[in-house]
Amino acid sequence: MAAGSDDAPALVAAVQESVAAGTPLAIAGHGSKAFLGKAGANAVLSTGGHAGIIDYRPSELVVTARAGTPLAELADALAAEGQMLPFDPPRFSGKGTLGGAIATGLAGPSRPWLGGVRDAVLGVEIVNGLGEQLRFGGSVIKNVAGYDVSRLMVGARGTLGVILSASVRVLPLPDTEQTVALDCNAAEAGRRTTAWLREPLPITATCFVAGRLRARLAGHEAAVQTAAAALEMQPDETGTAFWDAVRDHAHAFFAGAERLDRLTLPRGALCPYDDALIEWSGCQAWLRRRAEVPAGGTVARFRGPDSTASASRAPPALEKYQRRIKDAFDPQNLLNPGLSPAPP
Amino acid sequence: MPDPKVAKLLRRALPANCVVTDAAGVKPFETDGLTAIRQTPWLVALPQDVAQVRTVLAICREHGVPVVTRGAGTGLSGGARPLPDGVLLVLAKLNAIRDVDPTSCTATVEPGVTNLAISEAAAPFGLYYAPDPSSQIACSIGGNVAENSGGVHCLKYGLTVHNVLGVTVQTYEGDELVLGGRTLESPGYDLLAAMIGSEGMLGVVTEVIVRLLPTPPAKRVLLAAYDDVQAAGDAVSGIIAAGIVPAGLEMMDALAIRAAEDFTSAGYPRDAAAILLCEIDGNEAQLGADAQRVQEMLERHGARSVRVATSAAEQAELWRGRKAAFAAAGRLAPDYYCVDGTIPRAQLGTVLRRIGELSEALGLAVANVFHAGDGNLHPLILYDASVEGELERAEQLGGQILTLCVEAGGTITGEHGVGVEKLDQMCTQFGDGELAQFHRLKAAFDPAGLMNPGKAVPTLARCAELGGMHVHGGEVPFPHLERL
Repeated sequence: MAAGSDDAPALVAAVQESVAAGTPLAIAGHGSKAFLGKAGANAVLSTGGHAGIIDYRPSELVVTARAGTPLAELADALAAEGQMLPFDPPRFSGKGTLGGAIATGLAGPSRPWLGGVRDAVLGVEIVNGLGEQLRFGGSVIKNVAGYDVSRLMVGARGTLGVILSASVRVLPLPDTEQTVALDCNAAEAGRRTTAWLREPLPITATCFVAGRLRARLAGHEAAVQTAAAALEMQPDETGTAFWDAVRDHAHAFFAGAERLDRLTLPRGALCPYDDALIEWSGCQAWLRRRAEVPAGGTVARFRGPDSTASASRAPPALEKYQRRIKDAFDPQNLLNPGLSPAPP
Repeated sequence: MPDPKVAKLLRRALPANCVVTDAAGVKPFETDGLTAIRQTPWLVALPQDVAQVRTVLAICREHGVPVVTRGAGTGLSGGARPLPDGVLLVLAKLNAIRDVDPTSCTATVEPGVTNLAISEAAAPFGLYYAPDPSSQIACSIGGNVAENSGGVHCLKYGLTVHNVLGVTVQTYEGDELVLGGRTLESPGYDLLAAMIGSEGMLGVVTEVIVRLLPTPPAKRVLLAAYDDVQAAGDAVSGIIAAGIVPAGLEMMDALAIRAAEDFTSAGYPRDAAAILLCEIDGNEAQLGADAQRVQEMLERHGARSVRVATSAAEQAELWRGRKAAFAAAGRLAPDYYCVDGTIPRAQLGTVLRRIGELSEALGLAVANVFHAGDGNLHPLILYDASVEGELERAEQLGGQILTLCVEAGGTITGEHGVGVEKLDQMCTQFGDGELAQFHRLKAAFDPAGLMNPGKAVPTLARCAELGGMHVHGGEVPFPHLERL
C-alpha cells in the first residue's frame, strides 16, 4: 500500500466554510495541468495531501484511492501486481494525481482500445457545492443504481464537486509489448490506422509524427508476433519510452511554448497534416499552427499564448442543460468558478 | 385523468392506429418483464418518427400530462410501468437501422431496433455490437440505453455505456440534445454518461450511435465442475488474478445445473455443487496458451473435471444449458423472481452461503445463475403465486439478498435497473444527500418532473417511512444486532 494520509475531514470543512462565507475555491492537486485554465478564486483548496490507496485487491480488478494519490505511485503499486490503469493518464512534468486525471478526463495513447477515463471510473466520493460529502457508484463493475454521477465528474474539472476518492477499474499488464513502424505521410498513416479498426489486432496505440507511423502491439507473445508479421512493418526499438513521451507531452513535437492545438476527430476521419502528431487511430491530433478542422471534428487551444481562446462551443440548447447541471451540484458557483468543463 | 381533449389532439397529430385508448388495446402494455407489477395506461401513443415523438411531447407538455417511455417491454424492474393518468410513449415503430458504417465501425439506429438486429446488420462487415443481454432477440437498443444493459460479455467488452458513442435525446421541455457522437471526446459535461442508465427519467432517446467491434476470430469454451461452491468462486478470482480477462465467466449452482440439464441435456454434471463456464476469445495464436492457463487455474482450485470445447458446435452445446437456465427454472416452480445484484468477486462463496441460509429461513428455494466474472448475481427465487403469502415472502427474500449485496460492498442492481422494483433498496444503498442530488440532477433535465415520474429514485419521505437502514461501503450500522 502506498503511503498517504486522510485529509477528507479538513477538505469537507473547508468547502463548508466556503459555502457559509460565499467565497469561491480553486481546487488543485499537483498543479501539473494548471495551464489548462485558472479558476476565478483566490483561495486554493489543495487535494495533494489527501493521498494513498484505500483499497486494492488485484483479483477484483479495481483500485480505490484518494484524489491526491500521485499517478506514478499508483502505477507502481498496480505494476507490482501485474496490473495497470487502462486509461494511462498523462503525467505532465512527471506529475499528476488521480483526482486531476479524473477531473480533466485526459487519457493516454491507448484511449480507443482500452477506454478513456470515463470508461474506467466506477465510483467517486465528492464534496458538492453545498458542502455535502457524497458517494456515487461503487467498486463493482456492473452497477446501475441511480444516475451515473461518477462519470459526470470525469472532465468536469472540479466544477461539480471536489473529488475526494475514486474507484477505478484496472487491467492486467500485457505479457509483452512490441512497437512496429513505417515511414509514410499522414494520409497513408490515416488509411492504415482506420483500416486497423476493423481488424481484430492486438493494437493498443498508434502515433504518426514526423513522417513515421508507429503502432504498439500488446498481449501474448505469440499473438503479438503474428500481428507484427501481418502488418508488414519494421520493429521499432524506441518502445515504451516513446509512448510515455507522447503521453506526457515530453516528445520533441511538444517542445517549446508556441501554440498547441488539440483536434478531436470522428472515427474514420483522415487528418491530412504531415506536420501534425496524430494518435488514437486518427481520433486525436495535435498541431502547432492554425489549420482547418476536418468535418465532424472540434479544435481547442491546449497550451500556449492566448490559451483561453474560445474552443468549439456546445450548441445553445445543450448549454442550457450544462448550466442547470452546474446549478444542481454547485448553486453558488463556488467550485472552480470560471472554468468550463473539459475538453478544454 | 387528463383532459379528454389531449387524446383528441394526439389522434389528430398521429397517423391512424397510432393512438390506443380502448381497454383491449391498452391491456398488452400494462406490464413489462416484471410481470408481478401491472398498471393499465390511460393512453398508448405509438409514433412512427422523431417528429411525431416531438409532437406527442409537445401536446403532453402543453397539458401537463406525464409521459412514460417504453421500448420492447422486456425490462425486469418495472421501469416502463405505465401511469393511469399518463401517456405511454411506445418507440417500437422507430425501428430503422439508419446506417452501418464499416469505415468508422459505427452503426446509427433508431431506438426501437433490437439489440441483436444491430449485430446482424454489422455481420457482413465482420463487425458486431458487444453488449448482449439475454433478451437480445427482443430488447430494443433504446431500452438498453435506458437501463445501461449488460449481458454475459461485460467483463471484457463493457456495458452499454462503454459501447454507445452518442444519443439524440428529446427533453420534456422540447429541446433536442445531441450527446456524444463519433468523436471519442465531446465538449462540456458528459451528459451522455448521465443519460445512459437513467431509466427514461431525463428524456426520450430517439437515435443511438453505437461502436462496432471486429468479430473475434476464435473462441474457446471451458466447462469446469466443482464439489464445492466456494472453490468455484475462488477459481473465478484465480483466473482474473492470473491476468486473464475472459469474454464470459458464468457460474451455476446445483439446483440451476439440474434444472438446466433436465431441460436441455447439455451434458452438465448433475451431481456437481457448481459449474463454471468460461469463454475466452481472441487470435488463434493467443488462445491455446490462454486456454491452458485457464484450465490450470480451474484445476488448481479443485475442479474435478474440465471440458474444453474448440469447435463451434461443442461450444454452443456447452452454452445451451446456461442460456436456457431461466426457462429451465420456470419448470421448477410455478413462478420465480429473478433478483439482480452485484458483489465483489472475492465475496462469492460467503454471499452464496448466506443466500442459502436466508432461503431456508423463509422456506423458498433459490437457484443461482450468474455472471461470476463481474460478480453479478441472479438468484432465482422459486415460489407459487397461487399460495397465499408466497409472493410477499419471495419479495422479502429478494430484499434481504439485495441488502446482503450492499453489505458485501456491492450494489442493489447490476444490470436490471431500479424501476419501481427497487425503490426501497435505494434507501439502503444511498443516504439522503445522494438521493437529493439525484433529484436535482433529474430536475436539471426535467424541471416539471413529468418524465417517468416516481421511478428509479425514491423520495426522501419514502425512505424515512421505511426507517431505512443505510448501509454504506459494506459498513453496517450496529453490526452486533442480528438481522434476518
